[in-house]
Amino acid sequence: MNRLWLTLISVLIALPSWANNDPAEVRLQGIAAELRCLVCQNESIAASRADLAVDLRQQIREQIQAGKTDSEIRTYMVERYGDFVLYRPPLKTTTVLLWFGPLLLLVFGLLILAITLKRRRSALADKVLSADDLERAQALLGQIKDPGKQP
Amino acid sequence: MSRFLFPLIGFVVLLGFLAFGLTLKPSEVPSPLIDKPAPAFTLPQLANPGETFSPDAMKGKVWLMNVWASWCFACLEEHPVIRELTTEHGVPVVGLNYKDIRNEAISWLNRHGDSYLVTVSDTQGRVGIDYGVYGVPETFLIDQTGVIRYKHIGPVTHDAVRDTILPMIRELEK
Repeated sequence: MNRLWLTLISVLIALPSWANNDPAEVRLQGIAAELRCLVCQNESIAASRADLAVDLRQQIREQIQAGKTDSEIRTYMVERYGDFVLYRPPLKTTTVLLWFGPLLLLVFGLLILAITLKRRRSALADKVLSADDLERAQALLGQIKDPGKQP
Repeated sequence: MSRFLFPLIGFVVLLGFLAFGLTLKPSEVPSPLIDKPAPAFTLPQLANPGETFSPDAMKGKVWLMNVWASWCFACLEEHPVIRELTTEHGVPVVGLNYKDIRNEAISWLNRHGDSYLVTVSDTQGRVGIDYGVYGVPETFLIDQTGVIRYKHIGPVTHDAVRDTILPMIRELEK
């Protein structure tokens, strides 16, 4: 008897996993996850519980039913809310810095690294020891040699 | 010397960027509808749902469409400013009652005064989506040919009326 109840409860708990298996719903989730919710801007339309996100999910659902393609639906959103709704902004003159800014910073950083390394190397090579420094260096080297001789 | 100078310059530049960032308002998303024709719609009027309104009726006028709802606190805040626009400056303002319950919208207008030329009911928020509305209140400035010229996000303030909205309207009316 207990086992029967356990099975029944397990099935009940697992039931919601069927909800998203409809291909249209999977597509909806895919599109909505790539769109930014304008009310809570750190959430996607798929994740947000804001009223507007619920409405927009419904819009996407209806457009999928009407046979619209993914890019048509995205265009629909961009026409109303601008590129801001896209989590992957398109490559335009206004977004060039956004796309290539990090690369620019990397190149800048590598350049600074290269210059610094080159400067350090030339600084080491050109260094002429003063007479005092030479004497001290030899004294230190002598100290190392001595313990080596003893055994 | 340059050992300290360069990081200092970098730091100052970074400070500059951060200070500039503070002046930006990330909650105000620029509308792609500016300088585009206002999306057409036909909606029932709030006062008598038998009658409809569509933006075509405003052709030849410079007018404002104010998106509001009785559940929206900021709308109450801007309400006196809207009244000032209509009564003192003679600007026609059409209300778009967004995702509201009809009775509550009507009693809200009774309580706080109704200076709208007409208010239409967008119960489902469909027209709101077509206009890219994402936070109420929002106000659209539409010219004689039915093109959206400006969008104000959030409550309209006296400053916004004086510095931006009225000058734009006067310019368009020339």
